[in-house]
Amino acid sequence: MNGPALAAIAAQLVVTVAGAPLLVGLMRQVRARLEGRAGAGVGQPWRDLRKLLRRPPVTPRGTGWAFRLAPLLLVGSALVLAAIAPLVTVASPLDALADLFAVVGLLALGTVTLALAALDTGTAFGGMGASREITVLALVEPTILVAGFALSARVGSTNLAAIVTATLHDPLRVASPASLLAAAALLIVVIAETGRLPVDNPDTHLELTMIHEAMILEYAGSDLALVELAAAMRLTIMLGLLASLFVPWGIAGASLVALPLAVVIFVAKVAALGAGLGAVEVFVAKLRLFRVPELLAGSFVLALLAVASSFFLA
Amino acid sequence: MTNPPIATLSPIPGGQLVGHHRVAVPTTAANLALHVATLQQQGFRLALVAGLDDRDALRAVYLCTATEPDRRVELHLSIDRGDPTVPTLAGLSFPAGRFEREMHDLYGIVPIDHPLPRRLVRHRHWPSGWYPMRHDAHPAPKFGETGGPFPFLTVEGTGVYEIPVGPVHAGIIEPGHFRFSVVGETILKLKARLWYVHKGIEKLFEQRELPAGLPLAERISGDSAVGHTLAYARAVEDAMNLEVPVEARRMRAILLELERLYNHIGDVGALCNDVGHGILNAHALRIRETLLRINKETTGHRLLRGGIVLGGAVLRRVPDPARLAAIGADIRDVVQLALGNSLVAERFTATAVLTAQQARDLGTVGYVARASGLDVDARRDHPDGVLTDQGLRLADLLTVPTHATGDVMARFQQRAAEIEASLVVLDTLVRAVVPGAIGGWPAASHQHLAGPGSAGVGIVEGWRGTIVHRVEIGAARRLSRNKVVDPSFFNWPALPVALAGTIVADFPLVNKSFNLSYAGNDL
Repeated sequence: MNGPALAAIAAQLVVTVAGAPLLVGLMRQVRARLEGRAGAGVGQPWRDLRKLLRRPPVTPRGTGWAFRLAPLLLVGSALVLAAIAPLVTVASPLDALADLFAVVGLLALGTVTLALAALDTGTAFGGMGASREITVLALVEPTILVAGFALSARVGSTNLAAIVTATLHDPLRVASPASLLAAAALLIVVIAETGRLPVDNPDTHLELTMIHEAMILEYAGSDLALVELAAAMRLTIMLGLLASLFVPWGIAGASLVALPLAVVIFVAKVAALGAGLGAVEVFVAKLRLFRVPELLAGSFVLALLAVASSFFLA
Repeated sequence: MTNPPIATLSPIPGGQLVGHHRVAVPTTAANLALHVATLQQQGFRLALVAGLDDRDALRAVYLCTATEPDRRVELHLSIDRGDPTVPTLAGLSFPAGRFEREMHDLYGIVPIDHPLPRRLVRHRHWPSGWYPMRHDAHPAPKFGETGGPFPFLTVEGTGVYEIPVGPVHAGIIEPGHFRFSVVGETILKLKARLWYVHKGIEKLFEQRELPAGLPLAERISGDSAVGHTLAYARAVEDAMNLEVPVEARRMRAILLELERLYNHIGDVGALCNDVGHGILNAHALRIRETLLRINKETTGHRLLRGGIVLGGAVLRRVPDPARLAAIGADIRDVVQLALGNSLVAERFTATAVLTAQQARDLGTVGYVARASGLDVDARRDHPDGVLTDQGLRLADLLTVPTHATGDVMARFQQRAAEIEASLVVLDTLVRAVVPGAIGGWPAASHQHLAGPGSAGVGIVEGWRGTIVHRVEIGAARRLSRNKVVDPSFFNWPALPVALAGTIVADFPLVNKSFNLSYAGNDL
């Protein structure tokens, strides 16, 4: 592995880890300002993490390895994703690993780990949150895969870096029906998978309405910090992938020279997406839980249409 | 105030006129059910059941009220101390069954053949055989696990599981324990266990000087300071036969509507917040804050404490009608934005329906009853005299809106409509009032006041519903008893009924649409 490659991987990791809480802070701040509140500032999630990391974790009586392992696995899978996904560069030596199936599998691994941990607590809320999360996951995964097929079919590879590179060489692809439909489908599943409105409300204190928050109710201290950090990283990675797949310009190639600029552009793209999501959240309400499958089924249909059009309109 | 002839007030013979439109009828255990049934047939509702300790005997008072004309009949049943039992009325009236359980817990008066003779107020760790409201009750003994288990009804079947929530909740709300029996996400049964904040308020009223009851009444339920204080003041004035000046009545009507406004707009925002639409909550809170500041200017307290005194009212300033009109337009905007958002409308519509029949059978009051189509409002049904010397009545200014569907949407729109109705009332009244202290205590007509042994009833349509206080005055003009009934006591049982068949994730929204008081219920 050469110097530029290592630098690129390091850049992706540092940007994702350091930037993920800032992204969450940015989204909250945008929302606060639009609602006429002062807001706690972009740095608040980092301050929360620092506070939590100083506290020892508390493990509820009766929980086993699933509960204790989940925060580590969650952060671990997010770190692997941050290292291999084509976020800042498409010339990383790890790009070969960034297969569509591998990425979806890693995302699902994190979710399932957390769901198992929630079941391990044996509380009603943990079980309820896990059951809801798995319902969402079951509807989200096929959509990601099918939308991915729509993009990979024309490239002839399910490797994400290859798809991004192909788009760079042929920018008009982005405007094709297949690409637009896939983008819409993926945006919806990203919102669902990261627990944002209108699927889940990350700011609620109402334990009976929660999905993601219900699963992590029993975590405390540094364990909670890891879970929160991983959730923020997953949001960053998904938004970053969305940006790379559909607005790839500015992503670095093999040379080290373009790397700083690529990092800046990546940050700008994800920040813009995050701010946009935060702004939209001001104007939508949370869906009734039983309407969520309808929304996700809609996104699956979009993905299916994307595949169809990639074959018939290509 | 003139009273109509006794025959038009009470369908039961043998009564005696004892207060404002109020007849007391002595009854016996054998006749009680018959009398209550007769009253119910004549359109009376059971508004209050109070246990009393007359030292040589116990007593139960059943207060029934009817409208058009305003009629109040109380049945007095003397109970032997050695064998304290009453025949149960649970078969006639659902609220009666709950009042009886309350009386059992606090006075040890046992309802015979009660279908659900479990504890209500006192949880299991309260010692058995200790009845705190009796005059000879010794100080609270040490609490322990004396009474054995206090089980919930278990729902059995494939895939049924229980979700226990509370009494300590994630937000800053009052304590209550909810036990959901659930299949998947659908609620089969909800059991709400309350009385975690039973403070013995009725005991604290005992032996107080009459004016000293006001600060206590203001604190029964913080958001209903005016409602409870006014009900207490009216009850005392009824007992003492004290006439309140018309100016003071106008002031009191203003305070009552100001309380309704700030609470209703708070609920409008909270309902939006519970479906994740935070921006409307932000605006509703901004409007609520404006109203709270107006409250502070009006009485010196943001929750309107201090505005009502026995025999009168005190206003430091009168709200500016133009300012109230601007607030009204602001509220209309928020309501329109909420109803115009399809996601919000979808969450509200057809969620947790309380049918008119259920609302009537359970004895609900307030906006919960009106949202289910029941046309009840104590401001119109139990008026407190005219507001001007020309004979203007509150009912002339007031419209009582109702909605038919009984879902969350109806309860939301009900609040919006009641805000409009309140603003109309306020707009007229604030122009007809100048700041100052009117009436008061001790009144100039002190020597004409009724003496010890009298009783009085105060009925007020608080923002949440009908509040009833019934006081008895003892020696040296001190309170011997004040029985308080908060609308939440009637409305709490409606929540699980409306929730049957809805999904767990909708519970917070439905709970907020009822917005019941724990403090007012638990007393």
